Amino acid sequence: MTQGILLSEDIDFMIHGVFSYQVFGQTVWITTTHVCLLIVMLVLIGFAFAVNRRMKKAEEIPRGLQNAAEMIVEMLDGMVKGSMGKHAKGFLNYIGTVFIFILICNISGLFGLRPPTADYGVTLPLGVLTFVLIHANRIKYNGMKGVAEHLCDPWPFWAPINIISDVAVPISLSLRLFANVLSGTCMLALVYGLLSFFAVIWPAALHVYFDLFSGAIQTYVFCMLTMTYISNAIGDE
Amino acid sequence: MEFNENFILGCSAIGAGLAVIAGIGPGIGQGIAAGYAASAVGRNPGARGDITTTMLLGQAVAETTGLYGLLVAMLLLFVKPLV
Repeated sequence: MTQGILLSEDIDFMIHGVFSYQVFGQTVWITTTHVCLLIVMLVLIGFAFAVNRRMKKAEEIPRGLQNAAEMIVEMLDGMVKGSMGKHAKGFLNYIGTVFIFILICNISGLFGLRPPTADYGVTLPLGVLTFVLIHANRIKYNGMKGVAEHLCDPWPFWAPINIISDVAVPISLSLRLFANVLSGTCMLALVYGLLSFFAVIWPAALHVYFDLFSGAIQTYVFCMLTMTYISNAIGDE
Repeated sequence: MEFNENFILGCSAIGAGLAVIAGIGPGIGQGIAAGYAASAVGRNPGARGDITTTMLLGQAVAETTGLYGLLVAMLLLFVKPLV
């Protein structure tokens, strides 16, 4: 089928299957998302090994790779401590990991990959992780009494509305990240597909906006909202 | 009554165009946020960094409703659920 708005067959930003195999009678597809995720993971693991080797012979005055690693860790620690206060210690590792992972995923569009976060199957688990963290920490710090108090916030018969607003949190978090990255991917695919003769140098500006700026902002927003929700769930005791 | 595929595709395109009208709301919201941030920087230029961070966070959250419209438009155009 060639009609619709797809005037050109070059416009292509969808997820493709690479190969499929059978598990218990179900066909499971390995898609481009898996491949791009694996590449992102390999890059991050390689960076981690390089930094580990470098930090074993750390110097008093950091330079080069040690300097970069210390800067990244200090920035992430400052961000988490700034918004979580005294509870930050338990969440430094998780928030830092998620931040670096989403950031590399979002800007992987610059390197010719399809960003893995432009697949709802990647962002929904991140949202569900946030959801689990919120409620696990509410139970851990406030007990079942805290959960009951949260459900019956103004009056007991508001419990259904509170449940709906709780369930909306992971959905809106994941859809925000997904739709932002997907819109950037789609715009660039349209530019390259429809204006293929004229898209020479100026799409670099679009890459800067859609991949770098939008990707970094959405990463920051995801982590900030996760930390805010968890802080709210913990309460101030 | 039977509709052919092209008719449904055309109606899907119209629906997609209507769905992205949702972009009006976030546009107004982001403009209000940026305006107040500008006046806040004018009153207290020392707090420029904090104000910018808060403004960007609020704008990104306000953007969500517009993105829902965009998602509906993309589903209609590229996934073609009605055909």
